[in-house]
Amino acid sequence: MEAPAGLRLALVFAVLVHFSLLPTSYSLSSQDLQIVSAERRIDLTSHITRVYLTLKVENTGTSPPASEILLAFPPTEVDHIALLKAAVTVGKKKKKSYLPLDVKPSEGPEAPNETKFFTVLLLNPLSVGESLTLEVLYVLTHSLEPFPLEISQSEPQLVYYHDSAILLSPYHIKQQITVIKTPSTKVESFSRVEPTDHTGTELKYGPYEGRSPYSFSPIIIHFENNNPFAVVEELVREVEISHWGSLQITEHYKLVHAGAQHKGVFSRVDYQSRPSLSGVSSFKHLIARLPPRVHSVYYRDEIGNISSSHLRKDSRKSELEIEPRYPLFGGWKATFVIGYGLPLQDFLFESSDGRRYLNFTFGCPLAETVVDKLTIKVVLPEGSKNPFAIVPFPVEQSLETSYSYLDVVGRTVVVLEKKNVVPEHNSPFQVYYNFNPICMLAEPLMLASVFFFLFVACVAYLHIDLSIRK
Amino acid sequence: MGGKTEAANGPTKSPAAAAKPDLLPASPTLPSLLSDHLKSLKLKTKQQELLIRVSLLGLVYVLAFVTRLFSVLRYESMIHEFDPYFNYRTTLFLTEKGFYEFWNWFDYESWYPLGRIVGGTLYPGLMLTAALIYWTLRFLRFAVHIREAVNTGSLAWALGSAFGYFYMVSAWGGYVFIINLLPLYVLVLLITGRYSMRLYVAYNCMYVLGMLLAMQIRFVGFQHVQSGEHMAAMGVFFLMQVFYFLDWVKHLLNDSKLFQAFLRITVTTAVGVGAVALGVGTASGYISPWTGRFYSLLDPTYAKDHIPIIASVSEHQPTAWSSFMFDFHILLFLFPAGLYFCFKRLSDATIFIVMYGLTSMYFAGVMVRLILVATPAVCLISAIAVSATVKNLTLLVRAKSKVANSGAGKGASSGKASSKSKNFCTDGIFDKQGLPDQSMPFQRNGAIALLVGAFYLLSRYATHCTWVTSEAYSSPSIVLAARGAHGNRVIFDDYREAYFWLRQNTPPDAKVMSWWDYGYQITAMGNRTVIVDNNTWNNTHIATVGRAMSSYEDEAYDIMRSLDVDYVLVVFGGVTGYSSDDINKFLWMVRIGGGVFPVIKEPDYLVNGEYRVDKGAAPKMLNCLMYKLSYYRFGELTTEYGKPSGYDRARGVEIGNKDVKLEYLEEAFTTSNWIVRIYKVKPPNNRWSTAAGHCCVQVQD
Repeated sequence: MEAPAGLRLALVFAVLVHFSLLPTSYSLSSQDLQIVSAERRIDLTSHITRVYLTLKVENTGTSPPASEILLAFPPTEVDHIALLKAAVTVGKKKKKSYLPLDVKPSEGPEAPNETKFFTVLLLNPLSVGESLTLEVLYVLTHSLEPFPLEISQSEPQLVYYHDSAILLSPYHIKQQITVIKTPSTKVESFSRVEPTDHTGTELKYGPYEGRSPYSFSPIIIHFENNNPFAVVEELVREVEISHWGSLQITEHYKLVHAGAQHKGVFSRVDYQSRPSLSGVSSFKHLIARLPPRVHSVYYRDEIGNISSSHLRKDSRKSELEIEPRYPLFGGWKATFVIGYGLPLQDFLFESSDGRRYLNFTFGCPLAETVVDKLTIKVVLPEGSKNPFAIVPFPVEQSLETSYSYLDVVGRTVVVLEKKNVVPEHNSPFQVYYNFNPICMLAEPLMLASVFFFLFVACVAYLHIDLSIRK
Repeated sequence: MGGKTEAANGPTKSPAAAAKPDLLPASPTLPSLLSDHLKSLKLKTKQQELLIRVSLLGLVYVLAFVTRLFSVLRYESMIHEFDPYFNYRTTLFLTEKGFYEFWNWFDYESWYPLGRIVGGTLYPGLMLTAALIYWTLRFLRFAVHIREAVNTGSLAWALGSAFGYFYMVSAWGGYVFIINLLPLYVLVLLITGRYSMRLYVAYNCMYVLGMLLAMQIRFVGFQHVQSGEHMAAMGVFFLMQVFYFLDWVKHLLNDSKLFQAFLRITVTTAVGVGAVALGVGTASGYISPWTGRFYSLLDPTYAKDHIPIIASVSEHQPTAWSSFMFDFHILLFLFPAGLYFCFKRLSDATIFIVMYGLTSMYFAGVMVRLILVATPAVCLISAIAVSATVKNLTLLVRAKSKVANSGAGKGASSGKASSKSKNFCTDGIFDKQGLPDQSMPFQRNGAIALLVGAFYLLSRYATHCTWVTSEAYSSPSIVLAARGAHGNRVIFDDYREAYFWLRQNTPPDAKVMSWWDYGYQITAMGNRTVIVDNNTWNNTHIATVGRAMSSYEDEAYDIMRSLDVDYVLVVFGGVTGYSSDDINKFLWMVRIGGGVFPVIKEPDYLVNGEYRVDKGAAPKMLNCLMYKLSYYRFGELTTEYGKPSGYDRARGVEIGNKDVKLEYLEEAFTTSNWIVRIYKVKPPNNRWSTAAGHCCVQVQD
């Protein structure tokens, strides 16, 4: 993201030069698969870039059936990939359905200039002469580069998007097209790789016929994007389970506007009186989607309650609209805490083998927000044993101990950490653990006995005459 | 009943909460219903007494605590005023870094570029307590223990009071009041001939121990033996020694004539030596003269003439009658009645109460903030009045009813009463006085009517107190609430908006210049270095800020450059009609600035002695930094329907200079209701400026 455009271009050209010198050496590794048609739709409407890729792959060779398909990415793009999903389509037309496939990063064949690969593992190997349709979704964060880097209050925010007009692939592509969707019709400039067409909010590259493996054709699009560039630099979510019937969630946010830096004055007069012209790229409220039946919601920061928030509840979801204390302009930061309680029975279940498990949503409740570093801490009740978590994507797991009111041995905390989290990560995960319900009674019994002894002491004091004289 | 009156009074922001309980055992009356009920329980007297005392004390504490929760319920749990932010910040530091770090803490974040040695310039009691009870920021100060010290004359109590005093010294600057009140009390006792051995023991022990302990507080240090404020205590201490010595000599000589002669010689010598010592001490500067605050206590007009910085604090203004009425309500009438009862039953303890009440009442009249000191005394004396009245009235009522019953019942009742402790005064007095005259037929009805009246008054008082607490004393000054057009509650949270903006979006080493009122808050909530803050120890530094605010922009820029100021913060109420903003405080800035730098002259900002901001304002006023910063681009804004643009709602005028141009500063942030405006000081122009000649106004220090 931060790499200057010039450097990036140089890299791309180097890649191209490389290709032209050694055109055949890499094609060997690409087996005998070829892509009959590729359609790529790039959605640039928010600050999270989503790419939908439809590939029709055919095995034309003579070698044994192919069990995996490689997806290639330039090294600069790999770092920005937050999520990569692939599915294969089964059935025709109306009965069409998608079967998710496993994707894992791989070394791949020796490729020019550090091209990175992901391997899609097919359910059934693709035998010679067969073809299949692969649907791929990948999400990029921090891939829009503000230019100019600093803007004043009255200017709109312009960003660069870098990509290649031709899909980078280790396979031969017979026909391909790329459609880029921008948030508005205001496109400052874009590279032309004929045929290129710009209509409304759509930019169309292609169709291109018969491109050899590792073809690359860099493009730059400079366009206006005033969507909130809301990035949570660090989010810590604490989920505390109490078997007395509630789930308490505390979320610590470090929010930043990651767009073009605000420069010069901030004028309240302009901001108030001309909202459509002034501070268009700034944002002043965010929406957090919380589970239904949420209660005791609070929104505060280090110096107290923030009074500007609204909660809307219905049977399916709760929406919390929060306003930071001040509107966020490029580079401005805000830290805050959101906390809420949830009924336990919606989230805690007992599995058939007697274990308890918590079923909760991963990710960040704020809509259209990137989280650079997400930590989820599941605080299990005191006395829980053998905890482990099941998460649908790779995360770092560790265990901690925390102490709360009246704790003696401390609570086990399952810590899950993940970098670069996007809304697509909001899928359920489970934490399993063993728990003996007797442990629930420990703390009330402690309290009760303390009061009991206090009263006993009082009674004893009143009944014993301590004076020496009679 | 006594318990209820006091508890309801607790919330008036007073140290009374802690002081009251000591009074309770002495305040005798209990609702007869309760005692009847208790009788039926057939507990032993000792148990009854204990139960009633404990439960009443408990109730008082709970009530006192609960009334303080008003603000939390109505707003939120946060620190509402300016000063406690410092306490909060230091407590945080203390709990994080430990005691020794705290004691040696040099705070770079305030009084830039001077800094502040925090450990040596504060009263640490509160922070230590808070660190002990952790976040419970409560002003627990107590003083009345001292009274009991004399009552029992025991060494243990004196020790207790010495520690109480130590605690008080460590918690609050107002301890000076106690240290002067006590000697006065002792002196009065001496003069009235109530001198006794127990007084000697109690006072000496208290003074010596208290003094030694107080010296442990670095901020107080040797002030205790050096400053004029503490001289009285010391003088009385020596006087006590002389008195005791005389007593001893008298005991030895057994001859009145010889003793008379001896007395004359010793007293003359003692007084002479004392006077000479005091004179020499003051002349040589060893004994420091009284501080300005102290002078202003004795002479309410002193501060206004000599120290504008003390006079500028609203807490230091003389109390208005309305605020007396508002705070004390019926206590104001009960107070003299209580005094009457005190004089009626004059004892060592009541003398103390009377003196405490009278002196604190006087001081409360001089300074608003000292109403706090007066509160416990007023409560106490009023409680005495109420209890005495109710006691006498119930006596009448009960006597009648008992006569109506039978002689046997009477006998049993009085027998029982005599066996009870004296605290059950209803019965005790009844026993002593016997039956009232039966010849007055309307007496009983009258008594009942009066009782009902008294209870009505007291209940009204309780209601009033609750209302005052919830309405007047629970609204924070940092969050402003108003009613919107549709009757809904609108909250102006601008202060925190600005402080949080500073905290998040300015460089961590940025220096913020503002008037000193906001210093503590900026350091605590904004976490940024300030030039001056609420600890007004350096008048010159404050005057420099006052001078910058009241100068033209280019002159102010030089001052700000010399102080490394990065941001300037002003509070402006013109949009919301918030009246305690910087424009209304501005004349104090001029006065304080002018007090040190004679370039600043108050008449320059006034027109015919009148302070105005509209077209008729003084030219210097319209172009000084404070005016510019407050009204920058305000002229473009329409604040109220039907008024011209640039209409200042706080002062109700259209401003005089609508075209404010800033050359050396730029608007960095303005809160949503314009209450706080922050400006960034631009770096110097990158050219060989002609202004180089008059750059850098030296800040004298």
